[in-house]
Amino acid sequence: MLSNRHLSGWVLASPLALVLVIFLVAPIVMITVVSFWGATEFSIYPAFQFDNYAFLFGSDVTYRVFLNTFKYAAITWVFTLLIGFTVAYFLAFHVRSLKWQIALFLLCTIPFWTSNIIRMISWIPFLGRNGLANSTLISWGVIDEPLEWLLFSDFSVILAFVHLYTLFMVVPIFNTMMRIDKSLIEAAADAGASGWQTLWHVIIPLTKPGIMIGTIFVVTLVMGDFITVRFMSGSQSANVGRMIQNDIGLLQYPSASATAVVLLITVLMIIGILLRFVDIRKEL
Amino acid sequence: MEPRPRSFYALAAVFVLFLIFLYGPTLTIAILSFQGPGGGLTFPMRGVSLHWFRDLFEQQAVGDIWGSFRRSFVLGLMVMVTTVVVSVMGGLAFRKRFAGSGILFYLIITSLVIPSILVSLGVGLIWSQSGMTVHWSTSGFGAQLTWTLPFGLLIMFAVFNRFDRSYEEAARDLGASPWQTVRHVVLPIIAPSLIGVALFGFTLSYDEFARTLLTSGSYNTLPLEIFGMTTNVTTPVIFALGTLTTIFSFLVIVLFLAVVWVTDRRRKAHGSDAGKGMV
Repeated sequence: MLSNRHLSGWVLASPLALVLVIFLVAPIVMITVVSFWGATEFSIYPAFQFDNYAFLFGSDVTYRVFLNTFKYAAITWVFTLLIGFTVAYFLAFHVRSLKWQIALFLLCTIPFWTSNIIRMISWIPFLGRNGLANSTLISWGVIDEPLEWLLFSDFSVILAFVHLYTLFMVVPIFNTMMRIDKSLIEAAADAGASGWQTLWHVIIPLTKPGIMIGTIFVVTLVMGDFITVRFMSGSQSANVGRMIQNDIGLLQYPSASATAVVLLITVLMIIGILLRFVDIRKEL
Repeated sequence: MEPRPRSFYALAAVFVLFLIFLYGPTLTIAILSFQGPGGGLTFPMRGVSLHWFRDLFEQQAVGDIWGSFRRSFVLGLMVMVTTVVVSVMGGLAFRKRFAGSGILFYLIITSLVIPSILVSLGVGLIWSQSGMTVHWSTSGFGAQLTWTLPFGLLIMFAVFNRFDRSYEEAARDLGASPWQTVRHVVLPIIAPSLIGVALFGFTLSYDEFARTLLTSGSYNTLPLEIFGMTTNVTTPVIFALGTLTTIFSFLVIVLFLAVVWVTDRRRKAHGSDAGKGMV
């Protein structure tokens, strides 16, 4: 009976395992292998050399680009957390009827199901030199000249990240908040806690798993991004994803692979640390 | 009902601002897509017209948009069906806590957090080095599954965490075979969540860009086509396209929500026949 359970489990899981082996494990293995290969200008050839890694770690561009990637991830994380927590808190504790909660929640999640690229280019007429933001600020007399740093800058990159990924914070935080027993909050109030004290000592600790899951989403999405940075910085700043994409564009697959391996290890290390704080399967 | 605290109004204001932030840019390009024929990519509007929407239907202006839309649509359906079937099977499997399920679980998490360009690059390399031709319906299809399946499975885990096993025990006591239990008891109960999985499967595939970048070959999917347009199209025709695809996404979401609503109502109308002595 015991082996029967394991067998039927694997039979049911076999399509899943098959997809993951072919399209996840094998590609990772392939990238790792190719990262030791060599490349000429127009082709790649099998080899076992550390040139790609030596070049990668020997260039200070690499460190700058990785640092820039961490910077984007950290700043985006702070903003998505603050906004995401506030929105989820409002929905979970201030909207009283379940019907409204669901309706407003859906309203927040709908953009998630539309195209990222379209949502990115949507910022351009808004932030550009003659865009809505600049013309509004000029007509209000706040500024005399159009602000140049609104578009194609770190500002616009982070703005787009926050725009695209705040939802990934709202959803898990809202999910954990909805499962908080409301009588705990009443108990805190009865025991004389102020609103802030309840928030800090009761709600935030109980929301931590949701915050962790949201953090995992946001950090990995920002770390692995290449398209937002390309669009919103107007190719003026770089992150690791852009570096990989550049190498791919130049057909330098081995050096792209080496960068990819380092990126993957970095991301997995971060996730490994975050997973120590939360048991995902229990929190679903 | 007790009066609303002052913090309610402050938070409600934040929430409204958040919604404006979410939808504002999309509305901006929706307005700009009605730009007059002489208008440019930014305000001011030079007249109002459907000029740019008409342009979309003329091949020479924009390339193969309708072909790429058709491919994205078919691919979305393929990914949707596969995601639903594989996720349900996976969800049922994980309930058995079989040996090795831990490893499989970590693979799912890896699949979720791995930067998409790595999947694209890896799959592309495997295909090119083994002499196969990348195509959206083979390599592109598989690469997208690595993104939709984790979502489907996480939903299934959430569903089965809340699943009352006594229904299955009751079915077994009444003599149902394991297959009959799944077919007549488990599947009807989890059906609404499956609509959610299907919605994730279709829309994540339909909008996916990075994982299809190096795996779809010479026939572009719609996001790739749009990406190409952003580099060489400098007229509001791209906004018209953006507006159309956004409307299409909305229609898909509304359709799915309608299905949820209808099934929910039918279920309530049916009610339970417990105690009515039906055989």
